[in-house]
Amino acid sequence: MTEMISVNGTAHPLPEDPRVSLLDFLRHDLGLTGTKKGCDHGQCGACTIIVNGIRINSCLTLAAMHDGDSVTTIEGLGTPDEPSALQRAFLEYDGFQCGYCTPGQICSATALLEELAVNWPSDASECLEGRIAITREEIRERMSGNLCRCGAYANIVAAIEEVATGGKS
Amino acid sequence: MRPFEYSRSPSLSEASLLTASKDTLAIAGGTNLLDLMKLQVETPGQLADINRLGFAEIEDTGDGGLRLGSLATNTETAVHPRVRADYPVLSRAILAGATQQLRNKATNGGNLCQRTRCLYFTNIDQPCNKREPGSGCGAINGIAKLHAILGTSDQCIATYPGDMAVALSALGATVQISGSKGERSVPVRDFHCLPGDTPWIENVLEPGEIITGIVLPAPVCGRQIYRKVRERSSYAFALVSVAAVLKLTDGKFSRADLSFGGLAHKPWHDPRVGEALLGQPPSDTLFDKAADILLEDARGFGENDFKIPLTRRTLHAVLAQTTEDAA
Ligand SMILES: Cc1cc2nc3c(=O)[nH]c(=O)nc-3n(C[C@H](O)[C@H](O)[C@H](O)COP(=O)(O)OP(=O)(O)OC[C@H]3O[C@@H](n4cnc5c(N)ncnc54)[C@H](O)[C@@H]3O)c2cc1C
Ligand code: SF4
Ligand code: FES
Ligand code: FES
Repeated sequence: MTEMISVNGTAHPLPEDPRVSLLDFLRHDLGLTGTKKGCDHGQCGACTIIVNGIRINSCLTLAAMHDGDSVTTIEGLGTPDEPSALQRAFLEYDGFQCGYCTPGQICSATALLEELAVNWPSDASECLEGRIAITREEIRERMSGNLCRCGAYANIVAAIEEVATGGKS
Repeated sequence: MRPFEYSRSPSLSEASLLTASKDTLAIAGGTNLLDLMKLQVETPGQLADINRLGFAEIEDTGDGGLRLGSLATNTETAVHPRVRADYPVLSRAILAGATQQLRNKATNGGNLCQRTRCLYFTNIDQPCNKREPGSGCGAINGIAKLHAILGTSDQCIATYPGDMAVALSALGATVQISGSKGERSVPVRDFHCLPGDTPWIENVLEPGEIITGIVLPAPVCGRQIYRKVRERSSYAFALVSVAAVLKLTDGKFSRADLSFGGLAHKPWHDPRVGEALLGQPPSDTLFDKAADILLEDARGFGENDFKIPLTRRTLHAVLAQTTEDAA
């Protein structure tokens, strides 16, 4: 039986060569070049995607290990006509300059919202239990795996904060 | 990456059989192994994917403790309600390491076995006794900022870089291991090895042995602290870290289990430090004495000399926290 992976709702057969990272599979085999390769070593976050609801670095995992998994990339989050809330907020707040890190930032932030919704603590959380207060410090810590060479951090945090707090901050 | 064969192990015995060969490595989250394979530091001919073997559960043990499956992710462990409530030092240590994306993929077993971040080890053009026995140690007289000050040898001065295991060591956890000869349990404090003359041996795992779980003893009351000192406020390996389980009864230490990260080839636990504190009321003199004992044999290698005073101050700060709380 061919092993399959679902990407943005479409099923694809997994590659033959076990060396292919999930990142290279998405970019080269499927032509989904929204996901970016910055470092290829888990250090920059440009390759962040969402697998079964969880954000991971696609450069540090083999495509072959994802039989049956369901992947969401930046292409699956919204379209130019119908952007996701975060995509719209990144535009509104100028959450980028060159844009290279942006797909990773937005995938990461998309999963971050889910993590906040279930009150997963972070290193910045005062308390490990209970409701997490959504502060800039929390957002910065939770986004620390996404580097931005252009240094658009202040606007990235502002965009995420707006969506995370429903504009109430 | 060098070409390799990949197979998904259908059973523990199959995984043990495969990884008993020198040329085959187990792969769990892959966040350390694939990184090193891209750098050609690791060049296995075969990978045995152990992700579908089970061992992902986190469950209560009969005596009130908690068993963490080796394939549970670092995130699943850190956010588990019982870990947050009863073993906060473990949640804190995990959350202080890497990034959310990495912790989401990293497994507890892989975290224990992660390899050193020594720059010479990860650069195949450099000498390194750990990667290539007999080639020399680039870090001694080289870039050694992250390197060890305790338990070093003239062969290797690398550190074990992880955070989670430092907390597990302070908590007195044990590692459950399974192999062709059966199952065994090893305290986390004895799991990692000092470099000695065999720096390529980093832990007690024999060929074919797989970690199946980590067992935490029943929780103890008292204060649990993880304090990590790093070069930036997030997303960096520890220069020094302290995991502490501390309790004061009638103004005197009635529990003092301390382990240290960033200092040695293993999470460093010196029972004499806790013994010196027990039964004594907290004071600067006492904290100095504890640091003196801990650092008695410490030795810097130039660039990392700063770790000796930094460790002293960090230990001081952690111990002082117990009295601040009481006040
Ligand atoms: C950029 C970056 C920053 C990081 N920062 C930190 C940090 O600050 N603190 C920290 O603690 N860590 C940090 N890490 C390391 C990270 O925590 C480890 O890579 C991760 O925990 C390894 O787990 P894994 O499941 O991905 O292991 P893998 O990469 O799958 O395996 C690692 C090793 O363990 C072996 N192994 C895996 N599972 C088992 C098992 N069950 N039984 C026997 N052997 C096994 C493998 O054969 C391999 O040799 C960082 C990593 C990166 C890339
Ligand atoms: S410190 Fe150890 S790992 Fe680093 S170069 Fe020396 S032998 Fe290799
Ligand atoms: S490309 Fe994956 S983290 Fe940089
Ligand atoms: S916008 Fe250029 S790297 Fe972030």
